[in-house]
Amino acid sequence: MKIKLIDIAHGRSGDKGDAANIGIIAYNDKGYEIIKKHLTAERVKEHFIGICKGNVDRYELPNIRALNFMLHNTLGGGGTVSLKHDAQGKTLAAALLRMELDI
Amino acid sequence: MKDKIRIASGQGFWGDLPEAPVQQVTKGDVDYLVMDYLAEVTMSILQKQKNRNPNLGYARDLPELMKKILSICLKKNIKVITNGGGVNPADCADEILKHAVDLGIEKLKIAVVLGDDIHDRLDELVEAGIELNNMETGESIKSVKHKILSANVYFGAMPIVEALSNGADIVITGRTTDTGLTLAPMIYEFDWDEKDYDLMAVGTVAGHILECGAQSTGGNFLGDWQSVENMAEIGFPIAEAFPNGEVIITKHENTGGKVSYETVAEQLIYEIGDPTDYITPDCVADFTSIKLEDLGNNRVKVYNVKGKPETEFYKVSCSYEDGYSAVGSLTYSWPQALSKAKAADMILRKRLYNLGLQFDEIRTEFIGYNATHESLAKVIDEDDINEIVLRVAVRSHDRDAVKRFGQQIAPLILTGPPSVTGFAGGRPKPSDVVAYWPALIPKKLVTPKVKILNLS
Repeated sequence: MKIKLIDIAHGRSGDKGDAANIGIIAYNDKGYEIIKKHLTAERVKEHFIGICKGNVDRYELPNIRALNFMLHNTLGGGGTVSLKHDAQGKTLAAALLRMELDI
Repeated sequence: MKDKIRIASGQGFWGDLPEAPVQQVTKGDVDYLVMDYLAEVTMSILQKQKNRNPNLGYARDLPELMKKILSICLKKNIKVITNGGGVNPADCADEILKHAVDLGIEKLKIAVVLGDDIHDRLDELVEAGIELNNMETGESIKSVKHKILSANVYFGAMPIVEALSNGADIVITGRTTDTGLTLAPMIYEFDWDEKDYDLMAVGTVAGHILECGAQSTGGNFLGDWQSVENMAEIGFPIAEAFPNGEVIITKHENTGGKVSYETVAEQLIYEIGDPTDYITPDCVADFTSIKLEDLGNNRVKVYNVKGKPETEFYKVSCSYEDGYSAVGSLTYSWPQALSKAKAADMILRKRLYNLGLQFDEIRTEFIGYNATHESLAKVIDEDDINEIVLRVAVRSHDRDAVKRFGQQIAPLILTGPPSVTGFAGGRPKPSDVVAYWPALIPKKLVTPKVKILNLS
């Protein structure tokens, strides 16, 4: 069965230097079990192929049903060095929510 | 001791809604107004302003704002804490004092937190063997030291606590952590022990929720954003803190926006790394311990926050000059809007190549198609899309190359693909690229100083 991530979670993204942080929050406990199992660092790295040029770190926050991802080497240098229109990665949480999970 | 204090966030960044702090002190009762003005880039901008005029280097909106709200803050006994002093908090405080005199105010105490600026000490520190290596890349600072524009240590809450203990009505700091601005009044009012790391983490987490202004009250909310009512009159967040370490996030009644489990949770995970290690000068907070409870009526309780001892280091933020950049854009309409924009990009790149100009990077984006989500954007009908904005950005250490790039955008209107417009802003001009150098410094090498200015 395929599930659209945007149907079970929301989130917010931002910058930390050249790394982007994407926090994904499930709307309920069942959604958290799904993202905890299926939304792996590898899956996120693969989703952002060509965009994220470094490692992806993944952290769990079960207390708020959330996962936090750090996408290294992603923002074209970060800060005022970056030539990207979205130099601060503000729209990357939405980009991750495009994902479909096979569960 | 008070049984509760209300701390209001007035600005999420320098340039945030100018009316927000005014509303925070007029639309209901609060005890403190905290305002974060400083992003990493902001410090370098302020340093450049100070280089041109030694009396500047602070957020110039701040004295103007204080002129508007000073009388009401004094009348209602609302204390103001802000890092808008930038690289020159002393002159910022002087300017506010002048406004106070003009307003006929007779009694005012402003505290200034100094000592965070270590720009003049860099040579001495490096010679003494303090490495200041880049925290992210491990590189030695020697490669950029001659280009450094600003170098500031992030102080925490304790210098502000000292200022409040001295009876300050207003506390103006330089580079203080956003979270320290909110933690400090809790330590001061509730007489919290600075070694009680769970309590330090409570104020730190509350500070994190407040530091981006309305981002915790329904702004930039990616959940059910359409459920956020009256965003036009959005209320900024207020932290109601209790001596036992409980905090309730709320906003003034009769304001727009929304405080819910989801809006607060989104702000909690904003711009964090390892959630078990949220490092500040005051403590290391564990974001995986935090519990949220939606109490309804725009009130969310934050509790069970755990913390660990602070590290032995302050973070240092240095900025340095790293070349020039410019951005140009043109808008192409139907038919074949995307094909035209792509053709124009190829023509532009060939002309830049023929001129022999050297760039570190040339980046092309098609706004309306894939500027934000790049390869993740859905494929569109290139021929049928209504319009596309071609955005081309360049970066180079050769200022002349960047300047000449700017001369090549407008000519595309008469010498490239048709049905193109959107060149009202004039030639793109080179702007300075400021890169950022994060490092660590042992705490014992830097001492915060609190200076009191008295009007009496």
